[in-house]
Amino acid sequence: MIEARELGKVFNNKKRGEIRAVDSVSFSCKPGEIYGLLGANGAGKTTTLRLLATILSPTSGGATVAGFDVVREPAKVRAHIGFLSTATALYDRLTASETVEYFGRLHGLDSATINRRMSEIFKALDMDEFRDRRCAKLSTGMKQKVSIARTLVHDPQVMIFDEPTNGLDVMAARAITDFIRQCRDQNKTVIFSTHVMTEVEKLCDRIGIIHDGRLRAEGTLDELLARYRSNNLEEVFVKVSGDGR
Amino acid sequence: MNLGNALIVFRKELRDMLRDKRTIRSMIIIPVVAFPALFLIVGWTMAKLSGEANKEASIVMVHGGDDSPKVLEALRGAEGIQVVPYQADARQKISDNKIRVLIEIPEGFDSSVSGSHPQKVVIDYFQGDMKSESARDRVQKFFDDYRESLARAALAARGLPISLLEPFTVDAQNVAPPSKVGGAILGGWIPYMIIILCFTGAMYPAMDLTAGEKERGTMETILTSPVSRTDLVIGKFLMVVLASVVTAILSLVSMGISFAWSKKTFLHGADVPQMSIDPSAVAAVMFLLLPVAVLFASVLLAVALLAKSYREAQTYVSPLVFVVIMPAIIGAMPGVELNWKTALIPILNTSLVSKDVIAGNYHWGLIAAVFAMTCVYAAIGIGAAVRMFNREDVLFRV
Repeated sequence: MIEARELGKVFNNKKRGEIRAVDSVSFSCKPGEIYGLLGANGAGKTTTLRLLATILSPTSGGATVAGFDVVREPAKVRAHIGFLSTATALYDRLTASETVEYFGRLHGLDSATINRRMSEIFKALDMDEFRDRRCAKLSTGMKQKVSIARTLVHDPQVMIFDEPTNGLDVMAARAITDFIRQCRDQNKTVIFSTHVMTEVEKLCDRIGIIHDGRLRAEGTLDELLARYRSNNLEEVFVKVSGDGR
Repeated sequence: MNLGNALIVFRKELRDMLRDKRTIRSMIIIPVVAFPALFLIVGWTMAKLSGEANKEASIVMVHGGDDSPKVLEALRGAEGIQVVPYQADARQKISDNKIRVLIEIPEGFDSSVSGSHPQKVVIDYFQGDMKSESARDRVQKFFDDYRESLARAALAARGLPISLLEPFTVDAQNVAPPSKVGGAILGGWIPYMIIILCFTGAMYPAMDLTAGEKERGTMETILTSPVSRTDLVIGKFLMVVLASVVTAILSLVSMGISFAWSKKTFLHGADVPQMSIDPSAVAAVMFLLLPVAVLFASVLLAVALLAKSYREAQTYVSPLVFVVIMPAIIGAMPGVELNWKTALIPILNTSLVSKDVIAGNYHWGLIAAVFAMTCVYAAIGIGAAVRMFNREDVLFRV
């Protein structure tokens, strides 16, 4: 479960002054649901997700993730989420299994649990062939699988994906979207951000359109199409984003 | 803080570092291979140069002395001196390394030395040039011997005892044990070397574990794990301290062995003072320098974290080398001594107290004060590094 309440983040930039990256954003996402955060580059998607993942702390408002408060219990929040983005790279000099084991240890798992989880995940993702190869030597697709395995080792209830398909080829991107669906089927709470309309249309149960740090519209795909009298999400997006200009 | 988590981070960083060719190079190969090689080359070159200077005869010119065939005759027969015909540009030839020295013999030298008018021989040489100075010493010795033989002959002619020439002799003797001689000669430079090595040993891992991680995108990955930022920085910090200490120890051991070996091999029989360094004093200095290594590691982590990339980190860290070298050099200089004021200045205080320890002087009050002061500075450094890792604007500087 994710619940954002009037979540806000202001950055102080020496040159540009105060930047309101996220402004009073409220939404919720239930277990077994995929919530899509749609926005242009710089709209505030990444900052919102970083606030939920407690990598950044909010300057106003708050949120609970998996039942824990992001401000008061950030470590507990991180213990119950899996965070994946194209910005979260892997350690080149560790092997696939060492990487997953490291994150298992950081999550406080014992060796037996780590080994059990690793063999389950490696089998599910078909990773056994390259489990002992260093990450530097892996293809993009293989790296993506290692990243997924890393986020899953502690079996988190909440999954946060920040533009997870950015820069990936069709096959690798497809593997990610399949994985996101699987997470929903396992009754996890899933939030993901993107600027790709088709991904949102295919995947999301509910959609939030974010622009200039504010959540401008929210609803299921059908609700949004009806509300903005549009044939597709792109039209909705242009209308919603245009309002703010 | 959770030490268990910090140790998980430390173990991972250690494994990561040991697989990094650049770390292996800077931490192990350079100290173990480069230092002995350096000593070998320097020792060999010095031995070869001084051997050559000893073997080959010094080419000299003589100006004047046409009326003094005796001295000229003796000079031509002198060992290690080759007299070539005088040319007008003799002084220029010395500067050009064509000849080594010019000997100027005054008029009527032979006739006056046996009489009562003291005469003055002038040797023109090239100061700082090893071969010219060696020739000067040979000519000087020749004239000293020549003067003595003339004096002996004069005494003998008058039936006087030769002891008149030398009523007494003076002999200077070293009474300090070799360890104290070593301490006095090398004492300032050993802590200097250790300080520099600790710093350079910490530099690379500190940059790699902060700016390097940001650049490679692994910083955000680790920040999404439940490990607290304090545990993260402590784990990284332990790794940097380890690298710093290992580099210093490996370099010291390697330098010690190669120094002893090259001294024995190349400078055998040469006029080198009998000196040794007490290994336990060096170990004591390593211990005194431990909080300095901690200070370096924490400051380097805090500074390098400001950078977005490894390259940027280098521009921040490089000037710090001078900040470290200056007090280390001042501490190594003779005459700069430890007192209650210098005990407050970081790096300089440890450098000075180490100099004393290597020289065998243990001022326990000052040693304790310096150690405590450095621990305080180190604690401030760790605090700064932890604060830096908790600053969003530093971690996510775009």
